[in-house]
Amino acid sequence: MRLNDEEQAMRAGDFGPVAQWAIEHQIKVGSYLGAEDFVPVTQAHIMADTESLGAAGVEWLERWAKLPEKQRRVRIPTITDPRGTDFAAAHKLKHQPWMLDLERRAIAAFEALGVLMTDTCINYQTIMAPVLREHCAFGDTGVTIYGNSVCGARSNFEGGPSALSAGLTGRTPRYGYHLDRHRRATLVVQVSWTPRELNDWGALGGIVGRLAGDYWQVPVVVGLDRVPGPDEMKHFGAAAASYGSLAMFHMAGITPEAQRLGDVVDTGADLRTHDVGEADVRAFQASYVRQIDTVDLVVFSAPQLSLIEMRQVADLLDGRRATIPTLVITSPQVKPDADRMGITKRIEGAGGTVLSGMCFYQSYAREMAEANGWKRLATNSAKLTNILGGYGYKPALLSMEACITAACAGGKLA
Amino acid sequence: MSKIFHATAGMGRKLQGQALVAKDGFSARYDLDRIKGTFSRPEHKLAGESYVGRVLVLDAAKGGVATAWMLYEMQSRGVMPAALVLNAVNPIMAQGAALADFTMISGFDCDITQAIPNGAQVEIDPSAERPFIRVL
Repeated sequence: MRLNDEEQAMRAGDFGPVAQWAIEHQIKVGSYLGAEDFVPVTQAHIMADTESLGAAGVEWLERWAKLPEKQRRVRIPTITDPRGTDFAAAHKLKHQPWMLDLERRAIAAFEALGVLMTDTCINYQTIMAPVLREHCAFGDTGVTIYGNSVCGARSNFEGGPSALSAGLTGRTPRYGYHLDRHRRATLVVQVSWTPRELNDWGALGGIVGRLAGDYWQVPVVVGLDRVPGPDEMKHFGAAAASYGSLAMFHMAGITPEAQRLGDVVDTGADLRTHDVGEADVRAFQASYVRQIDTVDLVVFSAPQLSLIEMRQVADLLDGRRATIPTLVITSPQVKPDADRMGITKRIEGAGGTVLSGMCFYQSYAREMAEANGWKRLATNSAKLTNILGGYGYKPALLSMEACITAACAGGKLA
Repeated sequence: MSKIFHATAGMGRKLQGQALVAKDGFSARYDLDRIKGTFSRPEHKLAGESYVGRVLVLDAAKGGVATAWMLYEMQSRGVMPAALVLNAVNPIMAQGAALADFTMISGFDCDITQAIPNGAQVEIDPSAERPFIRVL
């Protein structure tokens, strides 16, 4: 990779050992993925729950956090993805003291590095949405795909070490979605039905992700009869990223880089095309729910809920009572608004539990299952459905309304 | 002489090991029980199999970003594959392998999961001018 004077100085250690490690790490990754140089980035977002970090990862962070202050601080706004617990409610989840201790140590280390502990995967809804052509280093697949596709920003998947590196160096290797040529459509998905509920959008995203197949594919969706709202885009994108490892999609006539299909498809290009209709979405959802007829808990999470989703849950619970654990998980930015507007009180008054700053699958999901006897789970998140099988759960993908109905019927699915 | 399959990119060290092969994806968070060292996702073609010390030959990197930390954590406990060989890599695998100093090669002009027999003894050299895997 070509390095400018400042990058060479970082590599030589002139900015201290953690910046030196960071740029070496970025050169290693960039060289593997064919980057020719670096591109400056304006914000970084780090995924670093302690289930992923483990004790080894936390100790690794702590070593850097002990450096002199001038040598260890990030250079650009750098924020965090959800943590592995909500300290205020950890006892309800049966999180163990060692988990909380590890979380506290990780938080202390990140704070020493100058990282802002926002603890959210919906920063594009709550903190600082990226703008068209802004180069970023986003460390959550849902954040990356939303930023690239809906906002027209430019980011690859930046795992924790790389997002931290970008924060420390203020740049990232220029490959993948930082380059125009990788943002063109590589397949067409023609839909004959426009989803209605959030779980339908997630299911469509999951189908598109599976069809696309890998990180370097960019589907363009054609045929939607209306513009999806931000929460619908959020569920579609998070599922496409989860099922397909996708970092970008277009929706013809909707997303900013695909105002016309021809904007993202070369003239005369013979792209593979797939047709998807309502029956495909229903079959996708049925493939999960037919495994079970009763659930042990209901989870709304992955991504964290917006204020609008929080109120939808509260509205559906009005006059009813959840009789199985019903976890409603949002960001630390939304939670105070939900408190102030009485939404939290309405959910918890009806038997639900509002959690903040965590995400279910990033919070020791396997250990929670064992400690609480949880196995079968209902959710309206296709992303969560995809992830939890590996943690030993049997998930059912239902609408928000059907999840609440199950929660109020002792877990019995209608 | 055994056939050599060249990759477009590689990192880590030259090594030999027994291949564990499937036409399926790889994600540390989605697919593995990292404590037991087994594939745990029921739908995965290697569900129930131990990956510890094996050269994993799989189709594509899948899932989210957690693998970037998890490879390092797995390495610290020694409950780790020997190497990863993929048709299609995503940045997370490269980032995780870089942090963990893990051996990985990717990008072939054939489907590598069809080219390498399951259980075969293989050699990988990611540091060669053209990184490669070959059956011994």
